[in-house]
Amino acid sequence: MELECTTITRETVVDEVTKLKNDGYRFVTMSVVDLDEVNVDILYHFDKDLEELNLRMAVPKKEPVPSISGVYFAAFLIENESKDHFGLEFDGLVLDFGGTLYLEEEVQRTPFCKYGVIRKDAEAAPAETA
Amino acid sequence: MARTIVPFGPQHPVLPEPIHVTVTLEDEIITDAVPALGYVHRGLETLADIRDHVQMIQVVERVCGICSMIHAACYVQGIEKMMEVEVPRRAEYLRVIWSELHRMHSHLLWLGLYADAFGFESLFMQFWRIRERVMDVMEATAGARVIISVNVIGGVRRDLDDDQCKWILSEIEDVEKQIRQLQSTMLSDYSVKKRTVGVGVITKEQALELGAAGPCLRGSGVAQDMRMLGYGAYDDMGFEPIVENDGDCYARGAVRFRETLQAGEIIRKAIAGLPEGEIAVKVRGRPKGEVISRVEQPRGELMYYIKANGSKNLDRLRIRTPTFANIPPLTAMLPGMELADVPVIILSIDPCISCTER
Repeated sequence: MELECTTITRETVVDEVTKLKNDGYRFVTMSVVDLDEVNVDILYHFDKDLEELNLRMAVPKKEPVPSISGVYFAAFLIENESKDHFGLEFDGLVLDFGGTLYLEEEVQRTPFCKYGVIRKDAEAAPAETA
Repeated sequence: MARTIVPFGPQHPVLPEPIHVTVTLEDEIITDAVPALGYVHRGLETLADIRDHVQMIQVVERVCGICSMIHAACYVQGIEKMMEVEVPRRAEYLRVIWSELHRMHSHLLWLGLYADAFGFESLFMQFWRIRERVMDVMEATAGARVIISVNVIGGVRRDLDDDQCKWILSEIEDVEKQIRQLQSTMLSDYSVKKRTVGVGVITKEQALELGAAGPCLRGSGVAQDMRMLGYGAYDDMGFEPIVENDGDCYARGAVRFRETLQAGEIIRKAIAGLPEGEIAVKVRGRPKGEVISRVEQPRGELMYYIKANGSKNLDRLRIRTPTFANIPPLTAMLPGMELADVPVIILSIDPCISCTER
């Protein structure tokens, strides 16, 4: 069983999400899935009159993703969570906790990456404490 | 005008769990509010990497104690959908009964905490006294007060006999009677209204735009409740969502108060229509695929995203809880209010931080 999704790219994500907002969709959340050493899937979940709609975007972990928090402010929380858990960077995040929404500054690993990606801003740090 | 920044929480008498809000004030008026989390983060979703899909039922039940049964129901519903398991109708009815018992005790817990937040101690004690009766029903029917662990993939692990059903009905009737005795105080008392009417308002448009869920959404006039999807046996319950239009603390409280009574009605309908038959089917194999499962928790829409590849462990388990959705709306409720309103407004979203941070 596969989830019904519309595939989008980093270039089209903000436009697609803006279109959904204009069509009256409510932002539900995002899900990030670690695919392999290089890529993650980002799924955007929306809802309108109880009908769910999903967008899917496969992106390299180490390249910044356009934030949708400028379109849906509510996305700031899950984008910060994804930054903590997967080390993703979001361009234009309206309220950026800098990878410390849940985690302390000394935590250098991204705990939800099965393939052990080190958070970008911690790459230069000498020791890994978590 | 000089600005004052007040750190609210993470430890505060009104907060059952830790959340921090940096409140910026001009005189007594709030101009900005920024939430901060991270005090009870456990990373439960990653346990899916080391626990199999059956063991994960026990994990998701522990995301939140107050709505543990509904977390498990949402999770097993997702796995059952993925594995194309046909759940016996009796099991679906039993899930409705325990779900609504959970909703009832969760709302009663919140009503008490809410009364405590605006300083009405005797009302707090009354709601919590009534709640104990619901806890007794759960203990008598499932063997535990809070984490009742009744869900399995393919059905439920416990049944209710006729005597238990009769006893539940008489208990619920008594509970409803006692709740109704508090209705005029909760919904019409001058002091209660003084602290809640016009406080922490979000409009229907704001609620939708900020992704509000549950009573926060319905309190702002949006008739949306996942039970309208008719999952489980809700399609037989003739369910209609409870909606208030003012979008303030009073409206959110009124939605929950009325939902507490509505839960009793649903339990009565479910017991009246409880079909005969098995309570579970045997499920073999391992899940493979990708699903979204949505149910209505007491606090609002709960969503599970589950991805599995047919191996022992799930590929990904993502849990989106209603309080997580209600934190952005909270940032819109606070500006323009007075500092003294902060506890009441925060309580009005029924914050569950252990759910939020998982």
